This record gives sequence, structure tokens and C-alpha cells, in this order.
Amino acid sequence: MNFNFKHEWIETNVGLMLVLTMIVVSIGGLVEIAPLFLVKSTVEQVDGVRPYTPLESRGRDIYVREGCYLCHSQMIRPFRDEALRYGHYSLAAESKYDHPFQWGSKRTGPDLARVGKKYSNEWHVAHLMDPKSMVPESVMPRYPWLAKTVLDTSDLVDRLKAQRAVGVPYSLTQAEYERNVKQFGEDIAKQLHIPNARDNLVKQATEGNYDGDRNNVTEMDAVVAYLQVLGTMVDFSKYDDDYFVKFR
Amino acid sequence: MAVTVTGKEQYNFDIVRKFAVMSLVWAVVGMLAGVYVASELAWPFLNFDIPYITFGRLRPVHTSGVIFGFGGSALFATSYYVVQRTCQTRLLSDALAKFTFWGWQAIIVLAAVSYMLGYSQGREYAEMEWPIDILIEVVWVAYAIVFIGTIMRRKQPHIYVANWFYLAFILVTAILHTFNNLAVPVNLFSMKSYSLFAGAQDAMTQWWYGHNAVGFFLTAAFLGMMYYFVPKQAGRPIYSYRLSIVHFWALSFLYMWVGTHHLHWTAIPDWTSTLAATFSIMLLLPSWGGMINGIMTLSGAWDKLRTDPILRFMAVALSFYGMSTFEGPMMSLKTVNGLSHYTDWTVGHVHSGALGWVAMISFGSLYHMIPKLWDTKLHSLKLVYWHFWLATIGVLLYITAMWASGIGQGLMWRTFDDFGNLKYSFAETVAAMHPAYAMRAIGGMIFLSGVLIMVYNVYMTIRQGKREAAELEAKLAAKLARAGA
Repeated sequence: MNFNFKHEWIETNVGLMLVLTMIVVSIGGLVEIAPLFLVKSTVEQVDGVRPYTPLESRGRDIYVREGCYLCHSQMIRPFRDEALRYGHYSLAAESKYDHPFQWGSKRTGPDLARVGKKYSNEWHVAHLMDPKSMVPESVMPRYPWLAKTVLDTSDLVDRLKAQRAVGVPYSLTQAEYERNVKQFGEDIAKQLHIPNARDNLVKQATEGNYDGDRNNVTEMDAVVAYLQVLGTMVDFSKYDDDYFVKFR
Repeated sequence: MAVTVTGKEQYNFDIVRKFAVMSLVWAVVGMLAGVYVASELAWPFLNFDIPYITFGRLRPVHTSGVIFGFGGSALFATSYYVVQRTCQTRLLSDALAKFTFWGWQAIIVLAAVSYMLGYSQGREYAEMEWPIDILIEVVWVAYAIVFIGTIMRRKQPHIYVANWFYLAFILVTAILHTFNNLAVPVNLFSMKSYSLFAGAQDAMTQWWYGHNAVGFFLTAAFLGMMYYFVPKQAGRPIYSYRLSIVHFWALSFLYMWVGTHHLHWTAIPDWTSTLAATFSIMLLLPSWGGMINGIMTLSGAWDKLRTDPILRFMAVALSFYGMSTFEGPMMSLKTVNGLSHYTDWTVGHVHSGALGWVAMISFGSLYHMIPKLWDTKLHSLKLVYWHFWLATIGVLLYITAMWASGIGQGLMWRTFDDFGNLKYSFAETVAAMHPAYAMRAIGGMIFLSGVLIMVYNVYMTIRQGKREAAELEAKLAAKLARAGA
């Protein structure tokens, strides 16, 4: 080295070594990750994506609790076989309200990003009770306790408030509610209003009758409601496919 | 009569002994959980309709048990051992070191129990919920203080290369853990929290964490182990000092770019993916530089491989390190990744690194260190041979099964019939995986049986060490009594 650099300086000074290591390890993350929070094109401009209703959100909590993401991805890649098997490739916008993301890394079971509306509620209930009854080859565990367990809604408001704190547009005030009416329309804005969360949840579960039992709201109601909305928010017939490419 | 300071009192070996024993305990627990979840995939009735032991809840028990329980405890043990020996000084604080021990063990227990009860952040390898994350943060800061403080008290001007790697591991783990676990709890009395980030940004943060946990927790730190224990066991100096400098800085710089290769073809901007693939290829160079540095340290001592099974563990570990760090960059190519991602190929790759490299270098180091800690000889070298062969056969069975199922399933998913339709339903590909899943579970069982042999061998060694120490003390006491009389 021309300027007479000696590595000895570093290896005899623990402070210098720590500072230099810190600098060296920070560069990669700063260059790759920081821009994603700043660049607008990270998430596509697309209509239809909305936060989950209280019931769907509780279903998602149970999806996370049971570790479903360890066997099911929610991220369809832009390949011909995946288009045929699962549908249009996933957009970043479709998980922009997902805290945490559940893209997954392994498909022991099929991708679920667009499983919504593909099967009936009855199919989902039967499948969760005993997967082999619907898919004989399945290696999925049975989840009979979902149908037996009444959904805990005691901290529902806190759960939605916590999501609001991290940026999901659930509304607490009238002003926030009106903003949601503008952005999502009145029907959805009502669902996202935290003060009415409990009523909305019960109403959706009763009207939707996801688990085939209108008498009480079970975890099964919540999980099936969540599964049935996956990948159904964006109407792809409204967009030319080239439109999404520019965001990649 | 003046009491001379013996080797035992000069260093704090008590804490090293504790962590060494616990690393073996967690190895058994974590790998048992691994064998069980593997068996659940092969024979699903094993889920028994019990929520606490379904695959989804038990799998994090396996990953946290082996990574943080077994790997973490082995790293605490070896780093405390190495930093004291190479700095020729006692740990900064016995009390703080003890706190890191009990704190770390509590973390693993709490994590395992909370997973089974259904508390999970839903982020791979970072499933611990927020109260446990805070405890980790506190313990980790204490660890950093003990380790850095001990280095500052060193009697040598130079900091030995193994400590550079341990330092980087401690520093980077702190950064990764902090940023990846930013979350808002539901309320102060709830275990549930929601990640601060969403969707694509959350995915980037998680895999920046996920891959660098591999890079710094499971690689850099174990390279620290390699840089101390391989030369010691071989009785030769490190092959190249220059290479270790290049190895350290290049590895530290390049690793942090590559996490995004876990997100190829997903909804993140393409340029991040391309950048990650490029750096993954470059990463091959320092990885192999390090491997060569380790292997060539044996030059002049090759004959020892015939007679020393501990050195064999180390040499095979380095070979697996070389193989996995070749396989990794290859899988990070977008075309290869299109096939391998979402399949068992990834699982196999992880295990060739985790079982072949991380576990084997740990076994070698523990076999070297444990007799020294209890001031005795290893109970049986023959049992080490048994362990070595069971471990090697177990890994090979495991990764071969996963190559077969991974590549097989990846190809089946993208096979079309003559009319351009998909040839196989998803369920058909699941059914086709059964033999490979059974073989993988058996491979895991064989590997675990080797660990059980090690546990027995170590138990007998410790017992023998304690007996010898008691005998020595009795002799000394008798001598003193005679001298006094």
C-alpha cells in the first residue's frame, strides 16, 4: 500500500476495528433496503386493495399463530406454470397492509395468494377439519380445534389500534373515517372504523356463515373469512398486463 | 503457605463449562424436534390433532432450538474460551457472564414454550414475540460488554483473528435483531405484536435479517471457532495470515448484500434481486478463501486425519462449508432459483450448511475443548469415530433426499402436457415426495443418534475429570497434613 497502511493498526485497536466493521456491514443494507422505503414505485398504484375487515384480520392472526406460512407461500411468481396453477402473479400492493408479510419460503402445500373464492366455505371447513377428506394425498395436519374455539374478541380494538399505529388505515376519528370513505367507499370504510369493530365482526361472521353455524363466532369463521379474501381485492381485468411491469 | 494461581483460576472456565453442556442439551432437544417435524411430513398422523405439536408450531421450536440453543450456546462457550486464551486474561466480569448464561437459557425455554402455545411473529427464524426480543437485546448487550471488555484487558497488543469474527458476529447480530423485530404490541399485557413494516419492505427487512443471521450467526461466528480450534487441534499455525485478513473484510462486506436472493421473482424491484445475485456470486471468493485457509492449515499434518477423529470432524466441516458456499451462489442465480425456490432443495442446502458445517465444526471444537475444561482426557476416542460416521452418513442421506425431492418437485410443478396444460396437480407432487420425506427423517435420526453417543462420551469424560480432581485434592490434603505434622 502506497500510504504505508498497516492492518496492524486495526488489529491492535478494538475500537477502530468495531467502527470499520460497522461501516463495512452497513453499506449493503443501506443501498438495497433504504430506497424501498423511499421510492414510490416499490408498491404499484392499483385500485381495490384495502385493509382486512376485523373478522379477516383476526383470521390472519390465527393463520400466523398456527404457522401456516411455514408450508404455504402467498407470493405467485411471474411464470407460466404458476399463472396456470395459481393465477396472476402477486403484486407488492396486494400485501401493503400485511404486518407481517406472509410470502413464505416453502411450498409443502400450494400457494394461497389467490385461494380466495376458489373453493366454497364448506370445502374450507371440511378441509381444515380433515384435509385428507378433500385431498387424499395431503400431509397437512387437522385443525379441529378451530371449529370448537370461540373467537376471542376481547382485545379486538387493541389489535386494530396496534395495526393503525404501524400504518394500516383503520379509522378512530370522524376525520379518518371520512378519509376512508373517499379512498375505499362507504361500505368498506364502515368496516374499518375501530369503534364499530366488534359489531362489524359479529355481523360479517353471521351473514357470511363461514363455519356453517350461525350461533357463535368461532376461529373457523375468522380463518375461512381470511382465506376467502386472499388475492380477490384487485380486479385484473381493469389493467393491461404491461402496466405492472414498469414497477418491477 | 502461599497458594499458587493455577490455570483454572486464571480464567473463568466455569461459564464455558456451563455453556458447553447446555449446547449439547439443546442439540438433543432441537434435533429431536427436527426429527419429529420431519416425521410429521412423512407420516402426518404424528400431529395427533394436538395444537401444540402440529408442524406449524413445532418447526420454530426446531429452528430456534438448534440455531439459538445449540449453536448459540456453543458460540458463547467457545467465544468465552477463545477470548480468554488468546487475550491471556480473565473475562471482564464473572457476574455479567453468568447473567448472559441464565438469560440466554431463559430465552430459549421461553421461545420454545411460547411457540407451542401459538405466540409467533410469523417471521422465519425470528418468531420470538416482543417480550422475548427485549430480553435478547439485554442479554446481547451484556455479552458485547463482556466480550469487548475482555479484549480491552488483553495482555497482547494484537487481537487474534478468531476474535475479529466473533466481534463481527456480536455486532451484526445486534443490528439485525434490533431492526428486524421493530413491532407494536397489541397492549402491554399481550404477547402479540404487529411488525412495523408491511409487505415488500417487511420482506426485504426479514430476509436481510434471515440471510445475515446465516452469514454472521451461522458462518462468521463459526469461522471464529475454526480459526482457533483447527490450528490448535492440528498443531499448526493458520495457513495464511494475509488470507485471513482478506477473508474477514470481504466476507463482512459482501454478505450484507445478498439477503434479497431469498426473494427472487417476488414483488420486489428487480434491481435489488439482480444486485443480490451478483454479490452472491462474488461471495464465493471469500467463502472459499476461508475454507482454503482452514483446510491448508492441515498441510504438514495430513497424517493426523488418519488417527484423529476430532480433526476429521473439522476437515469434513470445512468441506461441507466449501460445498454449501458453492451451492448457495448457484441457487442465487435467478434461473436456478426459479426451480429451487419454494422446494426442499432450499431445505437441503440449509442442512448441508447447518449439519455439515455448523454442527460438525462445533462437535470438533467441543471435543477439543471439553477435556481441557475438566482437565482430563476424552473418555473414548472410538466413540468419536462412531459419532463421526453417523454424522456424515446422516447428513449425506438428508441432503440427497432433499435434492431428489426438491429438484423432482420443482420439475413436476412446471411440466406441461401436449396440450399446454399442467401435467401434475399439486397433490400429485406431494404424494411423490413421500419416499424422500421418509428418507430425510431417517437421515435426521442417524445424525441425532451420533449426537447421543457424543452426549454419553462427554458425560463420561466429565465424570472422569471430576473423579481425578477429587483424587488430586485428597492427595494434596494428605501431603499438607503430613507436612504440617
